[in-house]
Amino acid sequence: MNLKYVVQRIGLFFVVVWGAATLNFFLPRLAPGDPVRSRLFAMMTQTGFQQSGVEEMVKAYQAKFGLDKPLWQQYLNYLWDTLHFDFGYSLSFFPNRALDLIMRALPWTIGLLTVTTILSFAIGTILGALIAWPRSPKILEWFLAPMLTLAAIPYYLLALILVYVFAFTLKWFPLSGGYQAGTLPQWSWGFVWDVIEHSILPALSIILAAIGSWAIGIRAMMVTTSGEDYMTFAEARGLKDKTIFSRYALRNAMLPQVTALALSLGHVVSGALIVEVVFTYPGVGSLLYNAIQTADYFIIYGVVFMVILTIALATLVVDLLYPLLDPRIRV
Amino acid sequence: MDLAMQVEEQLVNAPPDSGLRRRTTWKYLRRNPKLVVGALMFLGLLAFSFLGPLFVNTDEAAPMSAMPVTAPSREYPFGTDDQGRNLLAVAVVGLPLTLQVGLIAGVVAILIGTILGLTAGYLGGWVDLLIRGICDILLTVPGLVVLITVAASIKGSISVQTMGLVVAALAWMWPARTIRSQVLSLRERAYIQMAKLSGMRTPEIIFREIMPNLLPFLAASFVGSVSAAILASIGLEALGLGPQSEPTLGMTIYWSITYNAVIRGLWWWIVMPIALIIILFLSLFLMSAGLDEIANPRLRKADA
Repeated sequence: MNLKYVVQRIGLFFVVVWGAATLNFFLPRLAPGDPVRSRLFAMMTQTGFQQSGVEEMVKAYQAKFGLDKPLWQQYLNYLWDTLHFDFGYSLSFFPNRALDLIMRALPWTIGLLTVTTILSFAIGTILGALIAWPRSPKILEWFLAPMLTLAAIPYYLLALILVYVFAFTLKWFPLSGGYQAGTLPQWSWGFVWDVIEHSILPALSIILAAIGSWAIGIRAMMVTTSGEDYMTFAEARGLKDKTIFSRYALRNAMLPQVTALALSLGHVVSGALIVEVVFTYPGVGSLLYNAIQTADYFIIYGVVFMVILTIALATLVVDLLYPLLDPRIRV
Repeated sequence: MDLAMQVEEQLVNAPPDSGLRRRTTWKYLRRNPKLVVGALMFLGLLAFSFLGPLFVNTDEAAPMSAMPVTAPSREYPFGTDDQGRNLLAVAVVGLPLTLQVGLIAGVVAILIGTILGLTAGYLGGWVDLLIRGICDILLTVPGLVVLITVAASIKGSISVQTMGLVVAALAWMWPARTIRSQVLSLRERAYIQMAKLSGMRTPEIIFREIMPNLLPFLAASFVGSVSAAILASIGLEALGLGPQSEPTLGMTIYWSITYNAVIRGLWWWIVMPIALIIILFLSLFLMSAGLDEIANPRLRKADA
């Protein structure tokens, strides 16, 4: 791996992040309508506020947000703020900063998605490898079709079905939320158990939907490795079936899977936005959903920027580490 | 399904005896059950949306046109929702709307993708480098999240058509990449070299020699794009960023989530959109897997 590649790759990372920030700046300004004005009018209709003096208020707010300055100056200010993760204030929960609200939601999302991504990777990979292995029981193949069907449909539909069956009808699990309403988040066994209980159904819907694609990926790779010379050699040596399966076939078929795992770990923030909405899970997805409902633009753009940042970061790490893991790749 | 027929025509390479051709087509389709089953499911959905209005009063897809929150009955086979929509009418009106979003986005994505892919693949050089670079950068960006920014900025004025265009904005990179690599390999084939040597002009080569051989790929990536576009549009709609007054399948899901249909036990409200979406995605998935087998003959053996 040479220096030129590393510099180019890091350069690309900054281009993507800058592009995301620029998009966040210009798109709302291209859109018809004036957010300050529409927000004020919305508040007036809600509270029956007096109409007079609105224009002065609009002017005052525009000055406060720096909207009266020329566009290039606003753009530079914006880039500077974004560099400090300063996304402005939430409009609905006013004294709260958008960043604080995002930071409060992030651990929930990252926790849920990291666990489910790793679990579905492990289950899917083992299942797919066993299906491809010629000496494993034929029953396993029956798993493939339902798994593929689940992978072909949007994952949040499964979430809706699971809530209805297991939470509403059977009452095995809580209906919604991340923990019992009324309790305060704290580090105690009771609370941790509560959190786990609340996250089983969201986790299940994500895992069931993801297993299929992991299984397909490893199955294709297992078919390729089964034709390799070292497999014939291992059989000729009279090694145990189990050893050939795990040490020779699976191990060599794993590399693309591991890359895919690293990339999907980069998607933990944006991976299951709508599942969170279905379960009112207190993560980034629900935050985004509520922000869209209340036109809380600074939160929407803050979430979008954070998501793009994490994914760009994950791709960067994978691209830089991959040549180290697989010596066949020379860049 | 005429998409499949077009592909078939390219494949069979048109011997003049049409009886033979028909037989070969039949034989081939029998070996490709995925395409047939997928196409039949899709035809069923099309029939539902075209014939539905003859039997169902589509005015009842609007709010306050039926008794709200009634379970499926003889009068309302799919039940009604909180705001008094007849969910059967919603299905008849909403399915074609969702298909429309997918088709608009798919056509736009394939058009842009084909133009860029052909240009990059055939011309090569710095044009190729530029187009490929742009595609690669945009492919690393999470589509749904960017679409959220776009859709949130124009939320008030989204219609089904703008929805299609919004989704199309980030759907053309993948077709462009695959078409480019296909053109790259086609360009080196002997018959293209012959055409060049015999003095054929570039547009003629592109349209008479390359395009016909590209058709199976275009068909496969078209179905893939439509499916991805519908997935993205339903995702946006489920977050509340869809056409606010049109009962597409995604908006029906959104309303059922906002009005807590599941928690209130109104199962029929989610059954209709979920069932239609599952059938739709399965048919698109089977069709694109079937078309892929035609486009990449190597896959046929690997999967058998």
